[in-house]
Amino acid sequence: MVAIRRRSQAQTQPSYTWASVEALSQRLQEPTWVSDLRRQAWSIYESLPMPHLEEEWRRTDYRHIRWDEAEKLITPNGATVEQVPAKHLEPLVGDRQGGLMVFVDGQLVRYELADELKAQGVIFCDLLSAAHDHEALVRQYLMTQAVKPSDGKFAALHAAMWSYGAFIHVPRGKALEVPLHVVIYNTHAGASFGHTLVVVGENAQATVQIEYANAETSAHASYIGASEIFVGDAANLRYVSLQDWSRQTFEFSHQRARVGRDGNLDWIIGTMGSRLTKAFIEVELDGKGATGRVSGFFFADKNQFFDLDTQQNHNAPLTTSDLLFKGAAKDTARTLWQGMIKSLPKMQKIDGFQACRNLLLSRDARMDSIPGLEIEADDVKCSHAATFGTLEEQLIFYLTSRGITRPQAELMIIDGFFDELLQRIPFDRVRERLQEAIEAKILG
Amino acid sequence: MTATLEIRNLHARVEGAETEILRGVNLTIRAGEIHALMGPNGSGKSTLANVLMGNPTYEVLEGEILFNGESVLEMEPDERSRAGLFLAFQYPVAIPGVTLANFLRHAINARMKAKDPDSKGISIPEFTKLMRQKMQMLGIDSTFAGRYLNDGFSGGEKKRAEVLQMAVLEPQMVILDETDSGLDIDALRIVAEGVNKLMNDQMGALVITHYQRLLNHIKPHFVHVMFAGRIVESGGPELALQLEEQGYERFRTKHLAAIEAN
Repeated sequence: MVAIRRRSQAQTQPSYTWASVEALSQRLQEPTWVSDLRRQAWSIYESLPMPHLEEEWRRTDYRHIRWDEAEKLITPNGATVEQVPAKHLEPLVGDRQGGLMVFVDGQLVRYELADELKAQGVIFCDLLSAAHDHEALVRQYLMTQAVKPSDGKFAALHAAMWSYGAFIHVPRGKALEVPLHVVIYNTHAGASFGHTLVVVGENAQATVQIEYANAETSAHASYIGASEIFVGDAANLRYVSLQDWSRQTFEFSHQRARVGRDGNLDWIIGTMGSRLTKAFIEVELDGKGATGRVSGFFFADKNQFFDLDTQQNHNAPLTTSDLLFKGAAKDTARTLWQGMIKSLPKMQKIDGFQACRNLLLSRDARMDSIPGLEIEADDVKCSHAATFGTLEEQLIFYLTSRGITRPQAELMIIDGFFDELLQRIPFDRVRERLQEAIEAKILG
Repeated sequence: MTATLEIRNLHARVEGAETEILRGVNLTIRAGEIHALMGPNGSGKSTLANVLMGNPTYEVLEGEILFNGESVLEMEPDERSRAGLFLAFQYPVAIPGVTLANFLRHAINARMKAKDPDSKGISIPEFTKLMRQKMQMLGIDSTFAGRYLNDGFSGGEKKRAEVLQMAVLEPQMVILDETDSGLDIDALRIVAEGVNKLMNDQMGALVITHYQRLLNHIKPHFVHVMFAGRIVESGGPELALQLEEQGYERFRTKHLAAIEAN
């Protein structure tokens, strides 16, 4: 008889225990209030089943993750910034950045902050140091208002197990002219729990770029992360997040922004890497007149699976949201976008828009888009759209009839498809990076 | 060498379909000649244009297309283009996100790279100069180049964009597929003037039209009448006028029996 390893016999969830959390707390030598948060989160984690049949999870099968590999906590092993591919370190635009933090295997290995930003009182540091040095500030925001342990199994696990991350605080009224840049990079497989906490004070302004990547490995890796973004009253934040994980990485992340009165968030999200990504991307428009714009790029190929859940919550009147996701899928890849615009009752004069446009590049690929509206006010303007297209032969014929080769013609049509999205991105280098990703995916 | 396009006993149909649309077309066009191809709807005019350019929607069953003595049947559309053939489309498709200028620069670069694989392509200033010159010649507004290809273009703008592409790519043999369709008289005049400016004795043209009107502006040397997939009559410009007066009915009665018998 041949023994077949059945799925039911494989490990279906991480084998962490309370002892794992305690050991982590010990190693990090963190303040007690952080350990207390972990304890609360752990009990929530234990009370929840692994998500599977819930509406937002039922199309997402992540059971092929090999937890025995993906749960091993990544610890620093002496790797330096030299291991990080240069493209992740480049500034968004031009050749200047206000600050750079590079985490390799969870350890801060490179730190720069321009004097002018120091003088403005900007806090730009690793989250653990911030938990010690800026306790009041961090305590106010860390997993209490944006991403909460109760948001789900992985949010709770993250809250119990997070081990590194970036804390950015821009004081009230300060306008930063140069971007801040955070790089998260892992050199080996295993579990990575990173956290990003960005707080832009009232009437302040900043540009933040965050990049996620790791080395290709044969073993599975996981990133169980959270990003919390606070845009104060009348503040402006341009937030760019580029994900370029290895082909064996599984990302489970919660990313939530809260925008105050007359605040303005311009959020750009690029999803290129990973074996599987399950990301919750949510904007809470809390103050009257708040605006949230979200521009998402995704391109899945080979056996990638991207599941992007977006939510635009209009919690105040006169709020505006504008979300555009554009993606392509090639080979046997699958993508799923589930969008939702919500408004609370009596939130009049809100303007919400969401669209996901899909370009299907292979018969074996599959793309789904599920827009949704839950509006409890009557004087609103909300709309949504999902479109699907392919590389039409008549377009290719038109381009090739002018002497352009077929591969070039296909690339032009695909580039053209993404142009609408790229036009929303004010950073040359980000546009170039996405264009490079498009080209690599098409040729690869 | 001067350009010659020879179409010999060409039979073609829509890929996978039963019925032949082209049923033995013979036609030779030499440099310096303008040939008009007229005929009722469904006679196969546009199919001929598409087959000449290599549209993969159609398959050739029999016959030959020789361009400058060489068969183009095995050539892809891009190779035919680089060899010097040009089709001005009846229905140019919109390609959002790709500007007319970017598109034409790629088309020029594809030509340069085919000749010399190490070519870096045309420089931006050189290209800009070329575009400006061609657009001035055709009286086209310079903002045109920055617009997405045919995206939101009016009927007239689409046809002018086709003529601009022809001006920039300088083909030896052009096929204008119902370039007049849907154009008002002013747009028609502008497009026809453009074509006339580009015509020279090194270039041949096949002007496909349903109506005689276009031929008041683009004067053909030869006129052919297509009916049921064949050229059934050829003559000088007077043939077009005759058609205008009598319509296609005469051809129907005269040639239908012969074609059915075949």
